Amino acid sequence: MASRLAWVENFPYSRLTALLSYPHICPVKNILSLRVYKWLLAIGRAASFTYDVGRSMREIDVWGPRTVIQMRRLGVQSLPVALFIALFIGIVLALLSEYSFSGAVPMYFVGTLVGKTIMMELAPVLTGLALAGRIGANIAAEIGTMRVTEQVDALETLAYNPLSFLVVPRVIAATIMVPLVVALAMGVGVTSGWITAITRLDLTTPEFLKGLRLFYEHKDIWFGLVKGASFGFCIAVIGSFKGLHTLGGAEGVGKGTTEAVVLGASMILVLDAFWAVVLL
Amino acid sequence: MISFRDVEKSFGDKHVLRGFSLEVPEGQTTVVIGYSGSGKSVALKHVVGLLNPDRGEVEVDGQIVHDLDREGLVAMRSKIGFVFQFAALFDSMNVRENITLGLERQGMAKSEMAQRVRESLALVDLEGVEERDPSELSGGMRKRVGIARAIALRPRYILYDEPTMGLDPVTASVVNELMIRTRERLGVTAIVVTHDMNSAYRVGDRIAMLYKGQIRQVGTVDQIQRTHDPIVRQFIEGRPDASGDPEVPGFEETVV
Repeated sequence: MASRLAWVENFPYSRLTALLSYPHICPVKNILSLRVYKWLLAIGRAASFTYDVGRSMREIDVWGPRTVIQMRRLGVQSLPVALFIALFIGIVLALLSEYSFSGAVPMYFVGTLVGKTIMMELAPVLTGLALAGRIGANIAAEIGTMRVTEQVDALETLAYNPLSFLVVPRVIAATIMVPLVVALAMGVGVTSGWITAITRLDLTTPEFLKGLRLFYEHKDIWFGLVKGASFGFCIAVIGSFKGLHTLGGAEGVGKGTTEAVVLGASMILVLDAFWAVVLL
Repeated sequence: MISFRDVEKSFGDKHVLRGFSLEVPEGQTTVVIGYSGSGKSVALKHVVGLLNPDRGEVEVDGQIVHDLDREGLVAMRSKIGFVFQFAALFDSMNVRENITLGLERQGMAKSEMAQRVRESLALVDLEGVEERDPSELSGGMRKRVGIARAIALRPRYILYDEPTMGLDPVTASVVNELMIRTRERLGVTAIVVTHDMNSAYRVGDRIAMLYKGQIRQVGTVDQIQRTHDPIVRQFIEGRPDASGDPEVPGFEETVV
């Protein structure tokens, strides 16, 4: 795997892009702008990296024990921020829906709106965005620091594959734990919406539950969980990729971390739209 | 036997190695000297496949390193210990875990591992630090743990990347003595990359100077000390400018 990683790192991208910048040598320049071509190269590198991560999953003895540690670090320790966000989303949504309905729509629809919106959209996406910052930055900064202090090289000289040792545990942990965090966020969001409805609005618990059940489908929940899993996978892969490709010292780590968070957050929005198109 | 043959390596527009060739004899310590940024560490990383050459090849025990598949690379790396410039100890692990990580990979039993950790730390005069974190160690201690981690694997070859860099003269001498002791007790072949001439003279059986991406001169310590090559003389004497004609070769026995 090291040789594949080395291949990715050593690939003469600059020479290739320089070559493509001469239209008389390569007509591709006439069709695609250099910027687009660089984007395609970046996508190619990311795809190659993801493929290598998948191949590294064969070394279960290496990543297995480390995955549990990462599940606690990336999942359990992310709970406070995710649940804090969910708590206030539930409150705001209940109040907003009451304000919007303003007598034109039966009030038990507050339960419908709170349930549907939190389970299908707000819990997964807002949790994902928050964790893109927390998990994405954590992974990119930690692996990036290991890269610039030669700890990644040291792993290789000890005959470990850095992808199996560092990346796979984080990717698996994030893919499993983010949907679990999202599930808890759904529960907290709906609960805080319900408590707000019965304490601040003129609504009883049976009415809230009636609205909650009205258009409920099991798909509401698994749709949110599938999105959460894809967000976790994406955040971990991007953080690891940026970390392993960090160059320079502290400045490089900072740059890689920032890029991991921005790219992770952007990809969450892209995936959000993707799942809406594919599954709804 | 480790051999570099016409190795070329560039990073973007920067040509670091331009036909680097060197034979490393068995059982000896070969010191590669050269200016900072001259590509000494880059050459060293080719031996364990951390970098692949653009042209040329590096051979370890008859195997071309960049032709090895993953399994071949793992087998080859198990014969080589690498001591990094700043030790590269894993921050998230204590000293014992740092040393046992490579042994776990070799499938060693836990009881045997504990014994090996004690032996390796004793060899670098660092008994009793097993449970300390790297952040609790001084620079010299970190380097010694780095050496202990490398020799715990009982390698056939050890590669030292700037082993005395950033150390005070006394600690640097201690590290030099450890390198000599390691060679004598374990019989390893070593490559030491350094620009510390005291260290080079102390630990080296042969010295090779890397200059402008190629080996400028190779010889015994005595030969290098008596060389007439102005570039090598300037470097080993630490003078700001060269005297004499840089095109004049040094002693006639430049054996690569």
